[in-house]
Amino acid sequence: MPVESIFHRLEALLPKVQKPIQYVGGELNSTVKDWDSADVRWALMYPDAYEVGLPNQGVAILYEILNELPGTLAERTYAVWPDLEELMRAEGVPQFTVDAHRPVRAFDVLGVSFSTELGYTNLLTALDLAGIPLLAADRGEDDPIVLAGGHAAFNPEPIADFLDAAVLGDGEQISIAISEVIREWKGEGSPGGRDELLMRLAESGGVYVPRFYDVEYHPDGRIKRVAPNRADVPWRVHKHTVMDLDEWPYPKKPLVPLAETVHERFSVEIFRGCTRGCRFCQAGMITRPVRERSITTIGAMVENGIKESGFNEVGLLSLSSADHSEIGEVAKGLADRYEGTNTSLSLPSTRVDAFNIDLANEFSRNGRRSGLTFAPEGGSERMRKVINKMVTEEDLIRTVTTAYSQGWRQVKLYFMCGLPTEQDEDVLGIADLAKKVIQAGREATGSRDIRCTVSIGGFVPKPHTPFQWAGQADHETVDRRLKQLRDSLRGDKNYGRAIGFRYHDGKPSIVEGLLSRGDRRVGAVIRAVWEDGGRFDGWSEHFSYERWMAAAEKAGVDVDWYTTREREENEVLPWDHLDAGLDREWLWQDWQEAVSGGEVEDCRWTPCYDCGVCPTMGTEIQIGPTGRKLLPLTVV
Amino acid sequence: MRYAKRGRLRFTSHRDISRAVERAVRRAGIPVAYSAGFSPHPKISYAGAAPTGVASEAEYLEIGVTTPCDPAQVRQSLDESLPSGLDVLDVVEAGQGGLADRLEVSDWEVRLPGADRELAEVAVEKFLAEGTVEVERLTKKGPRRFDARQAVLGLRVSEGADRIAAQVQGEPCVILRMVVRHMTPAVRPDDVLTGLRLVADFAPPVPPEVTRLAQGPLDASTGALADPLDLDRDTTRGGEAGPAGEHVAG
Ligand code: SF4
Repeated sequence: MPVESIFHRLEALLPKVQKPIQYVGGELNSTVKDWDSADVRWALMYPDAYEVGLPNQGVAILYEILNELPGTLAERTYAVWPDLEELMRAEGVPQFTVDAHRPVRAFDVLGVSFSTELGYTNLLTALDLAGIPLLAADRGEDDPIVLAGGHAAFNPEPIADFLDAAVLGDGEQISIAISEVIREWKGEGSPGGRDELLMRLAESGGVYVPRFYDVEYHPDGRIKRVAPNRADVPWRVHKHTVMDLDEWPYPKKPLVPLAETVHERFSVEIFRGCTRGCRFCQAGMITRPVRERSITTIGAMVENGIKESGFNEVGLLSLSSADHSEIGEVAKGLADRYEGTNTSLSLPSTRVDAFNIDLANEFSRNGRRSGLTFAPEGGSERMRKVINKMVTEEDLIRTVTTAYSQGWRQVKLYFMCGLPTEQDEDVLGIADLAKKVIQAGREATGSRDIRCTVSIGGFVPKPHTPFQWAGQADHETVDRRLKQLRDSLRGDKNYGRAIGFRYHDGKPSIVEGLLSRGDRRVGAVIRAVWEDGGRFDGWSEHFSYERWMAAAEKAGVDVDWYTTREREENEVLPWDHLDAGLDREWLWQDWQEAVSGGEVEDCRWTPCYDCGVCPTMGTEIQIGPTGRKLLPLTVV
Repeated sequence: MRYAKRGRLRFTSHRDISRAVERAVRRAGIPVAYSAGFSPHPKISYAGAAPTGVASEAEYLEIGVTTPCDPAQVRQSLDESLPSGLDVLDVVEAGQGGLADRLEVSDWEVRLPGADRELAEVAVEKFLAEGTVEVERLTKKGPRRFDARQAVLGLRVSEGADRIAAQVQGEPCVILRMVVRHMTPAVRPDDVLTGLRLVADFAPPVPPEVTRLAQGPLDASTGALADPLDLDRDTTRGGEAGPAGEHVAG
């Protein structure tokens, strides 16, 4: 039975909403397959507005891979803004995909990619608009399997009640494997219904099905244990790691939106994983080990991406792009290739060293030298040791001096506030650093026309990191320190005007902290917030701290207990049954060393220090150099 | 160049279209000229774009190129590089004189699903009988009052045969055709609809579907809309060179 497009019903609503173009699809390189040509159908969701969701690489890659798979189709869906939500409710228009405008409920799987926890309320809106019961337990045979992925899925417990399944890690291979399990099950006539399908997925150990695990609690509220409630379901669920990125050169056909989005560029992931060992960084911990894409594949992907998309900017993505073993050759090769073509290259990179400036110089060869970004993260030497960000003040001053003297006029510095063991003076140290940076710039250039912007993010302890046991700083403390820092910067006659200051208040971090390290009991808070109208919590104009606190109180959830409380070594953490490969003892030891000031090197250049990932996951570090070069493109 | 904005792509804004065109130009490998300066921009100029939500069969733009191009080839490669729904219809090498100046009037089709045909006819008659019809529209600078009557050169309830294939729907549908002179402030089809409501209390039940069918100079002798690109076709056919230093396809 073909599934009808709901577009004609949506169309009547579009003249009444903001930016209607985001709902119509039709992007260059988008795919619409015949419904009956496939027996496995995925709706892929990024639970934020289209302008944020469309550029997301994870969704784009899976969309392509699944659509390439015979007998499988994938379409995309995004969170609709409240203005359209209201009209859709009034007119009974269901959550739809933007590709063929099919109702989301008609698909076999609704795969949702969570980069952050702040998309949880948007998941509930989408389910509700789709006509899919919010609670997994209430869903029937006609409802899709609601499957979470992305970084937040490494602790999906707060949304466990709303999910049928979750996958950890790289999605390329597991999404194909899931498609095959579904195809086989449907081919047999869907024996045993939904339950059996979920069992088949769970048995493999590659898919986490929350309902097959029971959580028991101690009287004091801590978790006693998390155990499978069925035979054949594994005790722990493991993450997925794609080896040899050269074999997965996606996106090959980048989606080019008509609507304006947050990133207007073609992005190539130049490596996955990061082993620098920054203790606050969940992404670095859960994506180990490092797997590089080779210089030749990068070159080919850039060439193809520009041709297929017409974008005039290319971004080389990764967690720390300057660390690619052949980044110098990549930068030079690409800059040579695209010299004089109005194609600009960008390298989001935050390493504090002169080499990074060489790269930036290469990329801005025929453009302007506007801003360079560095991330010392901690304001004092002591603080940077705690987080294992091994940057000295000397390094930083030397680096910015070089940058200013080579024509850069603006330097951006990223820091965090609320880090474990942080004292007021650690944060005030940021002001001293910024002033020294300006001073160094003025000396190097003999000009007062230089600027430095200080950006501060609130630290949130994340699962699967050495700081997973840490107590989060309360928002009063964070706000007090930020105010002191601001006063110190603004009050300075000599430097104040040269230094820009960007920060957020501490409240959103507390909610993020609750959702990051929460367990299944936090689900009631998310639901209550959503019922009270909570939407788009990642947007400051929609976020309401008071709403979250009121909902927590109503649900009997003690927010401090989840956020500011430090955990003991032997406390069962809500995500302990989910395996990112990191050895728990190594993590604990690293947490102890953080407090005592011990450092960890990068295992890319130094011997393995047994974080546990490679032996557990059967993976290995994959890096160059390959010794190859990028040759000039032959002009046709 | 003349292009169409069709179907669901009528929801593109002017900014969306200009981004799409810039990318398509690059994908198509058209040797577009860039402005000099701090951040170079491709030389593409747009003449009076239809508003967001309004479809069009007659939008115009000009592209500055660095080397002469074959118009037929530009038409084909650019059309292939644009998403379907933004369709390139006609490309000529630009001759003398500005394109924007030739776009004096627009021919609009306004489809009103579910509206009553007789009421529409009465309203049109009353509207045309008026000398001026003051309407108010909310602009970025607040509400603004202006006359919507004088710019309207022609207004009639048209026959069903005028439907555009891409928008065929099952329901009966009243179609208005209006020829409106471009002036400042611009009088748009929805201003004329506001006028119909004011003079005859005529209000269609659902939002109208508006399509610009043609734009161009008014032929003084026939009173009909002429093709604005004809002038370029004439000059280039005569073998005259384009403006020195920069060739323009569009
Ligand atoms: S197991 Fe060893 S080599 Fe692998 S990521 Fe951990 S420290 Fe590095």
